[in-house]
Amino acid sequence: MKFINLFKIALKALRKNVFRTFLTMLGIIIGVASVITMLAIGQGSKDSIEGSISDLGSNLVMVLPGSSDKGGVSLGLGTSKPLDTKAVKDIAANCPSVKWVSPVSGDKAQLVAGSNNWLADVVGGNEDYVNIRSWKIHSGRNFTKVEERRAAKVCLLGKTVVEELFGTYSNPIGKTIRINYVPFKIIGLLEGKGADIMGDDQDDVVIAPFTTVQRRLLGSTKVQMIFASAYSNEVSETAKKEIEAILLKSLRVKKEDEVFSIATMEELTKTLTSASKTLVILLASIAAISLLVGGIGIMNIMYVTVKERTREVGLRMAVGAKGRDILLQFLTEATFISFVGGTIGVLLGMVAAMIFGEYVDDWEIVITPFSILLAFGCSFLVGVFFGWYPARKAANLIPIEALRYE
Amino acid sequence: MRTIITAEGITKTFDLGEVKVRALRGVDLDIHNGDFVAIMGHSGSGKSTFMNIIGCLDLPSEGMVFIDGEDISKLDKNQLADIRNKQIGFVFQSYNLLPRTTAMENVELPLLYNGNFSASERRALAKEALEKVGLGDRLEHLTNQLSGGQQQRVAIARALVNDPVVILADEPTGNLDTRTSFEIMHIFQELNEQGKTIMLVTHEPDIAEMTKRNIVFKDGRVVEDLTIKNPVNAKKELEKMPPEKDVITQTA
Ligand SMILES: Nc1ncnc2c1ncn2[C@@H]1O[C@H](COP(=O)(O)OP(=O)(O)OP(=O)(O)O)[C@@H](O)[C@H]1O
Ligand SMILES: [Mg+2]
Repeated sequence: MKFINLFKIALKALRKNVFRTFLTMLGIIIGVASVITMLAIGQGSKDSIEGSISDLGSNLVMVLPGSSDKGGVSLGLGTSKPLDTKAVKDIAANCPSVKWVSPVSGDKAQLVAGSNNWLADVVGGNEDYVNIRSWKIHSGRNFTKVEERRAAKVCLLGKTVVEELFGTYSNPIGKTIRINYVPFKIIGLLEGKGADIMGDDQDDVVIAPFTTVQRRLLGSTKVQMIFASAYSNEVSETAKKEIEAILLKSLRVKKEDEVFSIATMEELTKTLTSASKTLVILLASIAAISLLVGGIGIMNIMYVTVKERTREVGLRMAVGAKGRDILLQFLTEATFISFVGGTIGVLLGMVAAMIFGEYVDDWEIVITPFSILLAFGCSFLVGVFFGWYPARKAANLIPIEALRYE
Repeated sequence: MRTIITAEGITKTFDLGEVKVRALRGVDLDIHNGDFVAIMGHSGSGKSTFMNIIGCLDLPSEGMVFIDGEDISKLDKNQLADIRNKQIGFVFQSYNLLPRTTAMENVELPLLYNGNFSASERRALAKEALEKVGLGDRLEHLTNQLSGGQQQRVAIARALVNDPVVILADEPTGNLDTRTSFEIMHIFQELNEQGKTIMLVTHEPDIAEMTKRNIVFKDGRVVEDLTIKNPVNAKKELEKMPPEKDVITQTA
C-alpha cells in the first residue's frame, strides 16, 4: 500500500478517537515536558554554581593556616606558625606562575556614617587584592601601593554597605566613615557580585589597605590568609606547587607539620560542581520517573487501543490487508502521536522552565539540545514500541482469529 | 461450466486441549461459475467453518482448496491476502463495517489494499458498487447512521468492489427482518443474473429457495446437494408484501 494512503488511514483512525489520542499524547507531553524542565533547572543550577565560583576570583590560589584536612584546626596553638608578610614578599619574588599575591586579614567591624551604623566585614589586602578577587570598581578608584605602604585610611565600599549607610542611589565617594571609630576616606565603590555559593552577601564588605587594617583595626601583625592569582587556570596547579615550596622555605617548616594548606580554584570548583552534579542527577531522576510514568501511560493506552481494534485488524485482513499493512498503519499512528506529543512536550517544558527562571531569582535556565533529544527520543521509542508490539501480534493472527477476538 | 471453487477432502479440527472438535470431517465440493448456492444445516454443522476456509480466512487441517484453479494451500500469508483482496468478497452476518466511517470509505477499503487504483478510480468504483446495491443516495452517510439492511448492503458493495470471482456470505440476512432479507436476496439475485458466483449460508428455507442450489451440512459433512429448478423471485415476493410505511429504501 502506498504510504500516503497509510498516513490517511492512520490520521482517520486518530481523528475518530480524538479524546483518546489526546490522552495518549498527554502521557508523552507530561513526560517530555518534565524532563525538559527538570534538566533545564538542574543544568541552570550547575551553571550558576560554576558562575559564582569564578566570582571568587579568577585562577585564585588560597593559602590558609592549618590543615584543611583537619577542618582548619591546627595541631595545637604551640605548633601553629602564622603566615607573615615576608612569606608574601617571597612568593611575589619567586613564583613565576603567580601574577598577583596579597596578604589578607580582616574582621567584622562597626561602621558609622552620620547617624547610620552597620556591621560588615572589613578586609585588608594590598593594591592587587581587588584584581585577585575579580572585584570591579564601579566608581572612584582602588588604593595605590604607596597608600598601602603608608597605611592610608582609605577604603572601598561594597554595594550593600553603601546602600545601608548612604541609601541606594547615593555617591559617597570622598565622604568619611568610621570603622571601629577610626575615620576612613571613601575612595571607591565596588560593583555588585550578589550572593556567593553559600548564599552569603558578597557585597556586604569594606576593602582597605592591608597595613591599615592590620595596624588600625586588628592591632596584630598576623597575616590571616594569603590570596594569589595564577596567570591562567592551566598553571594554577603549578602556582600551588611553587607557593608551597617557597612557603616551606620561608616559614621554615616541614610539610608534615601542616602549618598551612593551599587550595586552588580548580579543587574548589571540583567539589562544588560535584555537589551540583548531584542536584542535576536528582532532578534528572525525578524527570526520568515522570517520563517512565508517562511511558507506562502510553504503553497502556497503546496496548488497549490495538487490542480493542483486533476485530478491525481482522476485517482489514479479510478485505486484503497484509501483515505489513497493519503494522505500518499502527506504527504510523504511534509515530504521529509520539511526534506531536513530543513536540508539544518540548514547548511546554521550555515554557515551564522559563516561568521557573522568571520567578526564582539568580537561577539561570539552560535548555540543552541533549535534554530535548533525550526526552523526545525516550517517549518516541516507548510510543512506537508499544504501538508496534500489539499490532504485530494482531497482524500475525490468521484473519478469522482476529475477527473472532473479543 | 467452469469450476471456480473446488474443495477436496477438507477437514478441520479445533484442538481445545482436552477435547478436539471435528468441525469438518471431509468435504468435497465443486462450485461452478455463475452458481448461486445456499448452504444449510443445523447449528454447529460446520457451515461457517467451511465458508471461512473457502474465503481464506482460516486454514483447513487437511484437504485442498482450489480457487480459480489455484491451490491455495500452497500460498503464503501475503499471497492469501491477495486472494482475499482480489478473488473473494466476504459478507459477514454482523456486517463488520468500520465504525464512524462513511459508506464510501468502507467500500473503498479493499481498493486501498489493492494498490492499483488512484484515489479518483477508487471513488468511482466505490460509487458504482454502492449504486448497484441501491445506496447511491447514501454515499457519505456514516455507518452508524444506516439501518441494519443498509449496513449489510454497504458490506455487499464492499465485497463487490474489487470484482471478485465469488461472493461468500455467512448468514447475510441473519440479523434482518423478512422484508429486508428479501431486499438483500433481491440484490444477490440481480448480481447472480449479471454472472456473479455467490455462496451464502442461511437457516431459512425461504431464503434458500431463492438460490439455485442448496447444500446441506450435517456433522461436518455434506449430506444433500439439490438443484433448485425454479428459484423464488425475491422481487416478486417483495411486491406481494404489504407496502412499508416509512419507506426509505428503494432497490434499483
Ligand atoms: N474457533 C473455534 N474453536 C473451537 N471450536 C470451534 C471454533 N469454531 C467453530 N468451532 C466448532 O466447530 C463446529 C462447527 O462450527 P461452525 O461455526 O462452523 O457451525 P455453523 O454450522 O456455522 O453453526 P451456526 O449455524 O450456528 O452458525 C461447532 O461445534 C463449533 O463449536
Ligand atoms: Mg455459522
